Amino acid sequence: MDRASLRLWLAGGWLGALVMMAVFAPLIAPQDPLAQDLFLERLPPAWIDGAEPGYLLGTDSLGRDVLSRVIYGARIALIVAVLAGGAACLIGTTLGLLAGYYRGWVDTVISRIVDIWMSFPPVLFAILLVAVLGTGLHSVIIAIAVIDWTRFCRVVRAETMQQARMEYVESALVYGRSRFGTLVKEVLPNVLPTIGVLLSLEMGIAVIVEAILSFVNLSIPTDDPTWGGMIAEGRTQIHFAPWVLVVPMIFLFLTVLSFSQFGEGMKDRFDPVLR
Amino acid sequence: MTALAALSRLLTTLVTLFGVAVVVFVVIRVAPGDPIAMMLPPGATQEDIDRLRALYGLDKSIFQQFWIWVGGILLGDFGTSISLRQDVLQIVLGRLPATLELATLALVMAVALGGALAVIGTLRRARRTETAIDLWNGMTLSIPDFLWGLIFILVLGVVIPLFPVSGRISPQLDPDYLTNFLLIEALIRFDGAVIADLLRHMTLPALALALPLSAIIAQVLKQSLKEVMHLDYVMLAKAKGFSEVAVIFREALRNAVLPTLTLVGVQFTFLIGGTVIVEKLFSYQGLGNLAIDAVINRDLPLIQGIVLLFSVLFIAINLAVDLAYAVLNPRLRHG
Repeated sequence: MDRASLRLWLAGGWLGALVMMAVFAPLIAPQDPLAQDLFLERLPPAWIDGAEPGYLLGTDSLGRDVLSRVIYGARIALIVAVLAGGAACLIGTTLGLLAGYYRGWVDTVISRIVDIWMSFPPVLFAILLVAVLGTGLHSVIIAIAVIDWTRFCRVVRAETMQQARMEYVESALVYGRSRFGTLVKEVLPNVLPTIGVLLSLEMGIAVIVEAILSFVNLSIPTDDPTWGGMIAEGRTQIHFAPWVLVVPMIFLFLTVLSFSQFGEGMKDRFDPVLR
Repeated sequence: MTALAALSRLLTTLVTLFGVAVVVFVVIRVAPGDPIAMMLPPGATQEDIDRLRALYGLDKSIFQQFWIWVGGILLGDFGTSISLRQDVLQIVLGRLPATLELATLALVMAVALGGALAVIGTLRRARRTETAIDLWNGMTLSIPDFLWGLIFILVLGVVIPLFPVSGRISPQLDPDYLTNFLLIEALIRFDGAVIADLLRHMTLPALALALPLSAIIAQVLKQSLKEVMHLDYVMLAKAKGFSEVAVIFREALRNAVLPTLTLVGVQFTFLIGGTVIVEKLFSYQGLGNLAIDAVINRDLPLIQGIVLLFSVLFIAINLAVDLAYAVLNPRLRHG
């Protein structure tokens, strides 16, 4: 197996495992992720002295099971990755296709909006939007989609412009296909591999942004476990119970790395233009 | 760049600035929630609300409100912070130096590290070293500054406590300087203890910000260096007996640096954006940390000031990069 396929398999494997974890969380998690037990606070992971059976990765300062929480946290991470990434992709791709294909004033308006959007620091913009919209999962998803569509728009626009100059587009028009029909039926399929790569990268970014927002306590107001929330908890316990910080960090790290490597792997495999 | 091109670039910048103002205004004013209700403590009387509403011109139409707001900003009136009860512009300008120093140090680190990796990768191209550098770059790029910050706190702050992980300066050292550009002022005053303390506090956050950028610089610069290494004048220099290192530094780097420059400009704005969360992570007293506190306190005038300042900074950097590119690129200079 060559290196590109290995990368795809490893990244895909972790993401697949994560999806399973999220879907079957109630079956897999050894404990209730919300159950507090002050007699069991700050238990170390199983391989350190003083561990309790049944708490494989230890407990946090409220005696909640770290493994169960990190498994349930995968749910929020993946929901945000799919919904926010998908929405950003849809908005950005649509506008990018229109700007790159029709050019003229459509392009001018869309490109100017992209310029304006790029003048905001993304994390600050996200925090601002969540502050205004109110905390909650829907706000996080809206904020990420509203901010990150420009990533798709710029690349899709450039790619569409390049494709639109090709002969097959001209032949389709000569053959009698409408302008819009050509865009959707001829140009779009050729831009799809690029969009797939970007979507994978964007999902990783969405997971990180959600973690950052829950780290600063702006994501989900309830007790539902999130990796960012666990990291924030762990940051305060770093000297007494480092595993509370390390476990969600590793999950976050592997997930973000997998999304980006999956994207890179797809780029190597399927897309001669980006390669 | 011709005068006309420069003028049109300036015009687009103004349009962008105007757009930024519109977006900030819409997000803060038109979005759900009454701005006045957010400015007053709970339990304010209707009379208070009406008075404040008239004071801020909120009883007028939305377009009139916009122009009143823009007029105020142009005169430097960003309002009063709700949580800190001070002039927003003063607070924000007071915090800006800390962020600028951090971002600049991170940029220097990124350029140094990225440049070194690019040069080493070019010297040892098509060997194991280059593969290792490519792998390292791939990994650094995949990990965002937030995670780097956490990793450094854990490894270099707690496991092997080499660096402090919170604050800008040790409290017992806090010098009574004229400006908030502590590092620059310490350098001018040649105050060794303060310089060392500031740098120790800045190392980890700056490194967290620098690593992703260094990988991008290393990739792009290495690519253009490798392309230049095949050109005639480089071959000639080599044939004349100059070593590869000398050729890279005397000839190749000068010509390979241009594509990297534009990139660094754009990426520098991302780096500044990253300060928001990295400062929070390291309790570094800069703008980003202030921004998050402002959001948590629902201090809308302060948030608005910070967002506007960051945006103006971004736009200014982009403009500066475009102009620098035009000056440095001989093809555009005479174009």
